[in-house]
Amino acid sequence: MADPLSILVIDDNPIRASIIEAGLREAGHQTVKVIVDIEDIAQKIGAISPDVVIIDLENPNRDVLEHFFALSRSLRRPVAMFVDKADPAEIEAAVDAGVSAYVVDGLRKDRIKPILDMAIVRFRAFSRLQGELEAARSELQGRKVIDKAKGILMSTRGLSEDAAYALLRTTAMNQNRKIAEIAQAVVTAAELLGP
Amino acid sequence: MGLTQITAGYVPLLDSVVLLATEEFGFAESEGLHLNLVRETSWANIRDRVAIGHLDVAHMLGPMPLSANLGLTPLDAAVIAPMALGLGGAAMTMSNAVWAKMAEAGAPEDGAPGPVGAALRKVVEERNRGGEPHLRLAVVHPESAHNYALRYWLAASGMDPDNDVDIVIVPPPLQADALAAKRTDGFCVGEPFGSVAVARGVGRIVTTKGHIWQMSPDKVLGTRLQWAERFPEQLAALLRAATRAARWCEDPTNHAAIAAMLAREDRLGIDANLILRALTGRLQFAPDVEEPIPDFFVPYSRAANFPWVSHALWFYSQMVRWGQVTHTPENARKAAASYRPDLYRAALSGMGMPVPGASSKIEGALVEPTEVGAVGGHLTLGPDGFFDGSQFDLDYLDDYIRGQSRDLRTE
Repeated sequence: MADPLSILVIDDNPIRASIIEAGLREAGHQTVKVIVDIEDIAQKIGAISPDVVIIDLENPNRDVLEHFFALSRSLRRPVAMFVDKADPAEIEAAVDAGVSAYVVDGLRKDRIKPILDMAIVRFRAFSRLQGELEAARSELQGRKVIDKAKGILMSTRGLSEDAAYALLRTTAMNQNRKIAEIAQAVVTAAELLGP
Repeated sequence: MGLTQITAGYVPLLDSVVLLATEEFGFAESEGLHLNLVRETSWANIRDRVAIGHLDVAHMLGPMPLSANLGLTPLDAAVIAPMALGLGGAAMTMSNAVWAKMAEAGAPEDGAPGPVGAALRKVVEERNRGGEPHLRLAVVHPESAHNYALRYWLAASGMDPDNDVDIVIVPPPLQADALAAKRTDGFCVGEPFGSVAVARGVGRIVTTKGHIWQMSPDKVLGTRLQWAERFPEQLAALLRAATRAARWCEDPTNHAAIAAMLAREDRLGIDANLILRALTGRLQFAPDVEEPIPDFFVPYSRAANFPWVSHALWFYSQMVRWGQVTHTPENARKAAASYRPDLYRAALSGMGMPVPGASSKIEGALVEPTEVGAVGGHLTLGPDGFFDGSQFDLDYLDDYIRGQSRDLRTE
């Protein structure tokens, strides 16, 4: 059995970092550290001395990390940039997913590839999830605005709730716009004209 | 409608301005182009995204194309610089505490690099004699004009950059924080980040990259060789558009508009007044000390967009000096081929904008602005002197490299 790998996850998004960490633990890696802070990263990496580093591409510290590894190389602790220089497709997939990885030289490829593959899959899943979350948030926002607009129409025009909604819907259809947009216009107008 | 799309990456710094202005102020459109501008947080991202083709072109550190072609990068994609994005633009900032000691040691206020360097040497020697931790000086990347300028200045002032101080990497936007938190004692970085540190009261600008080497190269427009060869017309159109944008950026009447654009949250997200200091050459070294440096950042004139082969080879000489690459004829050839003045000259021909006739010059030879032979108009170059009076002639590259010591104290 090979020595357990020490893996460091650097990601300033704590949710994504914990998703990656969980994936690593599920795959049987017990020595996993996470850094979410972006300040003073070199100091922290030095203390952890990882075999593998996984870092998100939005993190400004990639240049810091690479310099740290270049120095380590001169200290005879060689580190390869990315997983395998000879595997551009893997690098491309990683960059596409928004993640990058660094590995101590000499580690067997079959030990590293599953780690990066998992990171790529989870990064992709996370950005999809974020997209859905964003959509859900704006949908919720839209519903709140519609409720507010209905309330305004009910009190100012003396309409029932159903009639208020029907008015919003017909107006939206006539103007070829979304109901939420019309509702927002009603709310804005009420705010401008209101007491 | 019908514009050719080019994806262009940049790192939020003053000298991304030429590339940003090319799109933002209509110069791309007039050449039938639309630039999709992508802000990146690290030079590593720029390097990787150019290499795998996410970005067609990018605002790059001047030595980056050399790094790619000399095998210092993870992906072996050939990268070229067919254009430079200005001259100067970086400043050397020290913490208030270090500056106070330097001033005591006789550092002048005006940034004169010789005496300022001599004062720094006294501070460094005293510190090291007392067994205190080394001064920690930050740059943004090991293969950058800033790292080489800092090291050149330290070495020429009698310090050994590898053993007398610690040179560390800090991303530009985090420089002022690192200085404030005393994690670093100084930094050499592109504006506006020196001015940010001064405005926050955490540091003082002590000299500039242009004081160390006048009209020195910094960032370039980089692209994969493969992209340049596949889309020569697009590249030529981009070089024309960007050169017109550069000329526009240099006009003082446009500085306010440029500063406002750069200040936007989706660009640099930094107070326009701080950006204006560097743009107009009125840097504030300290809150009460304004230094007029008219040529602090030159986006267009003095052939500021011309990718001199002598600039590429000077960077190469520094890569060799500091142990990043080994000097071989093959490596020197790769370094020289990384800058492509031929592409720039061809793209600009017939536009009525002057382009140098030569592809390299003797760096450090021009003591004052000098009119030189040019294609398409009159052209003034320089001054391009190194502060220690040395010259770099690529015909004597081997001698120059041999003559560079890594540790002056052993001489």
